[in-house]
Amino acid sequence: MGDYPEVDALLLAGAKAKGKRPAYFDDPAVDRLLSILMAVAGELAVTRERLDTLERLLEARGLLDRAAIETYRPDREAGHERGLLQRDYVARVLRGVQQDMEALAEGAPDIEAVVRELQDN
Amino acid sequence: MKRDDIPPPYTEVARHGMFPEPRHDEVARFNFLANLNRHLSGVLGAGNRLAWETRVLPAFIAAEGRTPRDRFEVRRAMNRDPYHRLWSALRRNSMEMRQQNGRSIVLRQAAALAAKAHALNAGAPTLELDPAITTPRYQAAVDIHCMPGSYDGELFPGDVSAGANYDCGIFATTGGALGALSDGGGQAIVQWVRETRPGWAPRRILDIGCTIGHNAVPIAAAFPDAEVIAIDTAAPSLRYGHARARAMGVTNIRFVQANAEDLSRWPDGHFDWVQTTMFLHETSGKALPRIISEGARVLAPSGLMLHLEQPAYTDAMPLFEQFLRDWDAFNNNEPFWSAMHALDIPAILEASGFPRDHQFSARVKAVVDRSVFPEAPTGAAEDHGRAAAWEAYGAWKPAEAARAAA
Repeated sequence: MGDYPEVDALLLAGAKAKGKRPAYFDDPAVDRLLSILMAVAGELAVTRERLDTLERLLEARGLLDRAAIETYRPDREAGHERGLLQRDYVARVLRGVQQDMEALAEGAPDIEAVVRELQDN
Repeated sequence: MKRDDIPPPYTEVARHGMFPEPRHDEVARFNFLANLNRHLSGVLGAGNRLAWETRVLPAFIAAEGRTPRDRFEVRRAMNRDPYHRLWSALRRNSMEMRQQNGRSIVLRQAAALAAKAHALNAGAPTLELDPAITTPRYQAAVDIHCMPGSYDGELFPGDVSAGANYDCGIFATTGGALGALSDGGGQAIVQWVRETRPGWAPRRILDIGCTIGHNAVPIAAAFPDAEVIAIDTAAPSLRYGHARARAMGVTNIRFVQANAEDLSRWPDGHFDWVQTTMFLHETSGKALPRIISEGARVLAPSGLMLHLEQPAYTDAMPLFEQFLRDWDAFNNNEPFWSAMHALDIPAILEASGFPRDHQFSARVKAVVDRSVFPEAPTGAAEDHGRAAAWEAYGAWKPAEAARAAA
């Protein structure tokens, strides 16, 4: 044993949970936009925490040259790695749209129906 | 904002030998979600009651000429209120984001985690998987708590990602209120048993619906001479749970893939203690009494049956609180949650052979390191459904002599 396949974490992480999602707003677009907004808000929070880590570490070591950030140019490999970062970010922000697409294929009953079913079965 | 209002950082989570390694930004995502959850429950949750008292209830009374009869009428009225809609939508999103982050962490290292689990599990007689065990409808109807793939999802043979994802996210969902190992429930049971029956040395303990064994481990560690049998229907969770216990040096738990509705592989009176921890609400109306009845059968005379759940909906509990506690049933894929909390559990216990005067119920709180994990708020600021405070209820089985005399 030990030969296990790699899985596509980027897409599978945002998979839809089985079961119909409640509609919170009259217009489904509002539900979708809220999930996008919260994901963006979350990623901004993550970025701020990372910056905080960085600044604290650099400050502690006396290493920070802020001007170098403004003049930085990535090489080709670094440019690709940054592209992957951007793609991961997009997939995270658009999780809700992905799940809307998966719901089209699922055809699940309302949670209300499942609640009634499990009460008596 | 008081210090205790900020959940402990995710870096306080215990990284046992099976724990998936999170990166800096994944830790930060869980920190964001823990604080989002705490803000939604502890600060913005109060707006639901304000909406209810200032406009939803008055409008209901004006339209119907009476107050609501049950929690379902409260829910239908509140589901039309714009504040509650937005609050619910935010909370639903936080649950979905927790799953996405946990899966991001786990799936990119799924192969490594499977190999690690295999190294810890290979040849161990204490892990018994049975491919004949199928996932019951109450576990398969929807993915419980919006966890894609539920407890039994398997991406490839030997996959443990379902268990690893569940393990790594509990800390964020509960704001660390269950402790570094998310075992505050099991620790609370150990404390309750030691206080209730000092010196008791159970020989065999059955933990039903154990998932990854996070509550079985503290019980096994507290009673090292006992054999703990931890059962679940989900092989990927058991595979992870067994490896997790091994990695923590706990070897007196046998993880068995089994359905608690049929415990026929164990004889009558085999266990001194039969229990569940936050499991009964994930069963169904017909399965729950069967599980209690089978548990009663395999329990020895004078043995302990114990179940840990959120408080039941009684007539004494206001309908609005019942509605708040019902949120997960309709918004977080816990479809038996609502019906389960309204069940008359004492009557079910009585029907399974536990007389009322042998039954008990007790309020218990998570036992954790309070210097790191502040007590989770209850009352107005409570995170209903997730608060690390539960109702422990159950019974001591009558001794043979008492049963013969009855």
